[in-house]
Amino acid sequence: MTEVAERSKVLEGLNTRFSGLNSNSEFHTIRQRAFDFVNEKGLPHPKNEEYKFTNVTRILEKQFDISKKTGHAVEKSDVDALIFEGLDVVKLVFINGAFSSELSDNEEIKGLKISSIASAIEINDPQFLELFGKATKDNNDEFAALNTALVEDGSFITVADNSIIEKPIALFFINDATQEKNYTTLRNLISIGKNSQVDFLELFSTKGNNDSFTNIVTEILVDENAHGNYYKIQNNNDNASHIGTTQIHQKRSSVFSTYTFTLNGGTVRNNLNIAVDGEGCESHMYGLYVVNGKTHVDNHTAADHIKPHSMSNELYKGILEDTARGVFNGKVYVRQAAQKTNAFQSNKNILLSDTSTVNTKPQLEIWADDVKCSHGCTTGQLDEDALFYLRARGLSKTSARALLLYAFAIEVIESVKLEPLKNYLEHIISDRLHKDF
Amino acid sequence: MLSIKDLHASIEDKEILRGINLEVKAGEVHAIMGPNGSGKSTLASVLAGREDYEVTAGSADFEGKDLLDMAAEERAREGIFLAFQYPIEIPGVSTTNFMKTALNQVRGHKGLDPLDAVSFLKLMKEKMQLVEIDQSLLSRSLNEGFSGGEKKRNEIFQMAMLEPKLSILDETDSGLDIDALKIVANGVNKLKNKDNATIVVTHYQRLLDYIVPDFVHVLYKGRIVKSGTKELALELEEKGYDWIKEEVDATI
Repeated sequence: MTEVAERSKVLEGLNTRFSGLNSNSEFHTIRQRAFDFVNEKGLPHPKNEEYKFTNVTRILEKQFDISKKTGHAVEKSDVDALIFEGLDVVKLVFINGAFSSELSDNEEIKGLKISSIASAIEINDPQFLELFGKATKDNNDEFAALNTALVEDGSFITVADNSIIEKPIALFFINDATQEKNYTTLRNLISIGKNSQVDFLELFSTKGNNDSFTNIVTEILVDENAHGNYYKIQNNNDNASHIGTTQIHQKRSSVFSTYTFTLNGGTVRNNLNIAVDGEGCESHMYGLYVVNGKTHVDNHTAADHIKPHSMSNELYKGILEDTARGVFNGKVYVRQAAQKTNAFQSNKNILLSDTSTVNTKPQLEIWADDVKCSHGCTTGQLDEDALFYLRARGLSKTSARALLLYAFAIEVIESVKLEPLKNYLEHIISDRLHKDF
Repeated sequence: MLSIKDLHASIEDKEILRGINLEVKAGEVHAIMGPNGSGKSTLASVLAGREDYEVTAGSADFEGKDLLDMAAEERAREGIFLAFQYPIEIPGVSTTNFMKTALNQVRGHKGLDPLDAVSFLKLMKEKMQLVEIDQSLLSRSLNEGFSGGEKKRNEIFQMAMLEPKLSILDETDSGLDIDALKIVANGVNKLKNKDNATIVVTHYQRLLDYIVPDFVHVLYKGRIVKSGTKELALELEEKGYDWIKEEVDATI
């Protein structure tokens, strides 16, 4: 098939899937707009600067039929297997893009309202319609638009003002590609009220060995003085591709931290955009990717400082082996009004093989004149002097190497505030560094 | 214990050691002195197994085994300890954790079971006193943000933990004030017994007031050009190295 034909196949699939959606809902006008946008612009190709190193479109064109949904056979035991020790959460389970009420918790928690996006669309939930797309209104990413055009399910979560939600909310996204390939669209809309506090986890996993593709968008609205942590853990199989956008809008005095852990996958592209739209805000972005084989992981982040007296801090680290490839692009915008902004960014990588690569690009655009901004990126091998030091104390080469890599990774893991998650990551990383790497 | 014969070593095709001969017996303290660039630190590194150096000729026998045939970690497990001139900073690894791993790997090599947490802590407490090092320092990242004195004390602490047969102190005294120097020397002296040996590499005689050597060797241009007792160190302190250089250069 020629490339043009393949391209039209994706849009054709989009058309077929779109025409099967319920056009009577009020949400359909929002979908229609996104659908028109994608049809007009097409999906990005490598000439597009934002997708220069990660050709997501090509994967879609070559491997997926987005026109249809696929069935699954995920059971309770599959979900239980994903819950690591000590994790006490409100569990929401999504399989191949659809909410599973049987596998999810149905706990009443004061100040917390959870519904599926499918039901929010179905009943024309006015709050949903009002909040949807608020955070993403300036987002021109074609995959995010494709997501809006085809979204059928996901979570709609609101935290009322002055509510402290003790239990973290964990969203389990399971793709079952046992029988056939699947293309999955997922959406989350989260609104955190004034003075409230809540933690979220997004956990991705795959079942079966066929190819799978997830297109997910999470919008998070953080109101005044609200606090939150958002953890994204990607541990998919080698044939799972992923494109995700996390779009956060922060209001005055809010504090929000995001953590992105990529442990395995095929091609993974994470877009993380934070609008720091209030004074006295704090935004933290942590990322760790520990990948080998042919995994390709691309993190594009953007912190947009709109108002004065806020700070953003970003730390992304990567360990890559075999032919794994990493991409990091970190944008920081400081608008003219955003005086007294502190913005820091750092991306550090260790390459363990000659065939692994990293493309890292910090991008600072500053219009204000009274700000403190810094950025730095390093890519290198393990420090030979440090290795010798450890070996000279009797550590084997393997354990010296594992210890140094672990020490490198721990800086990110230590910032995790959720203890069971921290332990889980510590275990998984240390195990990995001793065996696979 | 250690027998070095005609040892030659180079780095990037540049010959640094050009025929070292040295015999060290159990219970002895040897000082190796010499001007800058004479090869003192190279000798220490080669003995510890740093791979940047290539041994081009000669032999080094440690307790009847071919030292040069062993990887750095094997030498450490067999009982060789190098106190680094510039201890490495490793963010994210605490001295405690690192020592636990190291000690248990050394014990494993000797066919001993790993120490349980309680015994390990007990041992640590005991050795900490020896070098007057604080527990809080040991729970911090290895050497990160440590002062020069703290780094050197940490080296001696590690030495105390691992109880090596042969300790090589590479310029452990440089950069230390007198108080720190006394603490470090005191630690070394307390660890000394009839079954182990110490090689002290130093540029200054001062350390040898506190760690009294049985033998003093002067290294120059990659060879030991003069050996003597502790009086030789005093003579060097007084007269500098020039007279030795002249003596040696005249015979070449």
